[in-house]
Amino acid sequence: MLYALMIYAEPGLDERIPQEEREGVTAEYQALLDDPRVVQAARLHPAEAATCVRVVDGRTLVSDGPFADTKEILGGLALFEADDLDEALEMAARIPAARMGGAVEVRPVVVQP
Amino acid sequence: MLASLVGYLRDFDAAEEATQEAFTIAAERWETSGIPANPGAWLVTTARNRAIDRIRRDRTLTRKIPLLPEPEATMDEFDDPVIDTVIDHLGDTGIKDERLELIFTCCHPALPLEGQVALTLRALGGLSTADIARAFLVSEETMKRRLTRAKAKIKATGIPFAVPQADRLEQRLDAVLAVVYLIYNEGYRGRVDLGAEAIRLGQLLAVLMPEEPESRGLLALMLLHHARRRARFDGEDLVLLGDQDRTLWDLPQLEAGRAALEEAIARGGRGAYVVQAAIADLQTRDEIDWPQVAALYRRLVELTGSPVVELNRAAAVAETGDPAAALEVVDSLDLDGYLYYHSTRGELLRRLGRDDEAAAAYRRALDLATTTPERRFLTGRLEKL
Repeated sequence: MLYALMIYAEPGLDERIPQEEREGVTAEYQALLDDPRVVQAARLHPAEAATCVRVVDGRTLVSDGPFADTKEILGGLALFEADDLDEALEMAARIPAARMGGAVEVRPVVVQP
Repeated sequence: MLASLVGYLRDFDAAEEATQEAFTIAAERWETSGIPANPGAWLVTTARNRAIDRIRRDRTLTRKIPLLPEPEATMDEFDDPVIDTVIDHLGDTGIKDERLELIFTCCHPALPLEGQVALTLRALGGLSTADIARAFLVSEETMKRRLTRAKAKIKATGIPFAVPQADRLEQRLDAVLAVVYLIYNEGYRGRVDLGAEAIRLGQLLAVLMPEEPESRGLLALMLLHHARRRARFDGEDLVLLGDQDRTLWDLPQLEAGRAALEEAIARGGRGAYVVQAAIADLQTRDEIDWPQVAALYRRLVELTGSPVVELNRAAAVAETGDPAAALEVVDSLDLDGYLYYHSTRGELLRRLGRDDEAAAAYRRALDLATTTPERRFLTGRLEKL
């Protein structure tokens, strides 16, 4: 099954942790990306770079900022191929954000036959 | 002709079918419009066209099927095919016991806790949805929705049908123990077969995780209670611990329970199930050490924070000879919808000689009683006042 691992983290956490730890975390992410079960992954720019688009009555409304105003924001996502949910949850638990005050939301991806 | 179609369609069955169709059409048409100039070519062309039509229809169908809404699960049936197959196997002897896999699936932390409990009871306890609804004080409709949602999530998210790997096993056990104990308590309320079933699950867990003291503590607890099941009822009437005929106790089961408790304690068990088992053990002694029982209940309140446990502590305090102190504890609790809150209050008030208030408390308990034995017990208490 294909799962989406959506990584939520506190913005700016990167800058607040010591350089050495940051490098360790980056290396961890790189190692996870090298896992052959990771089909695709993307790291997103911070929420300040986000723009929301809505179309109301045929008019396109553009606004600054992310969709939901929450403490943790979506910082990246990965598509992960696993046999079952447990395998996906195990991978999610290894994502550094999960233990650094953030969370990883795991959801199965709808695959068209 | 067939060969050309097979080559064209790359499918023998489809080619045969199309050829037959072409001959049928030819038999009808040629009769009215006459035989075409090149009958062979006509047949092949017709057969090809038919085959292409069919393939187009199939493709459209295949594309459209996933767009159709999935049929809603039959509400009152446990209809997941995988789980159904397992349930079917449960009755067979000599086949691998797969209940443990099933219980870990049902108690998966990705499911809401109430869904885990309901699903396990439905799948492993064989309780009806109505029974489960009653046990959890919700409507049958609510319970049906809870079950349907839990089953849908198992399917949609790929929750595995497996015992968790060693590194996750312990973490996953807590929820399982809670569910097993709930199943046991269903059995304790008169469903003896279910009680035995819960004990079997407890024994399986003790075998699977021999180093884990809490599962052994739970097993001890269930055995110690179950050993007294025959003395708990006189006919249909409920008999309190102090009035029980001890010759009806199942002594080998009592011993098995004590042995399991000793093992749990030896392995360092100090959790809620071990403490409850220790209480149950004390209550089966010839001379019950009530201050010690009350102290263990205090420890259990610390572990669980449960007002129902505090109610039990109050009952133990009353047995030490201080019903006034016990009533003070009871009156501080917010358990108005709980039958045993009112029956315990009634008993304490009776001991304090406040018969009118006792009668009112028993009547309130009677309003909440759902089983015949409960009603008769409470009616008996009321009559004695």
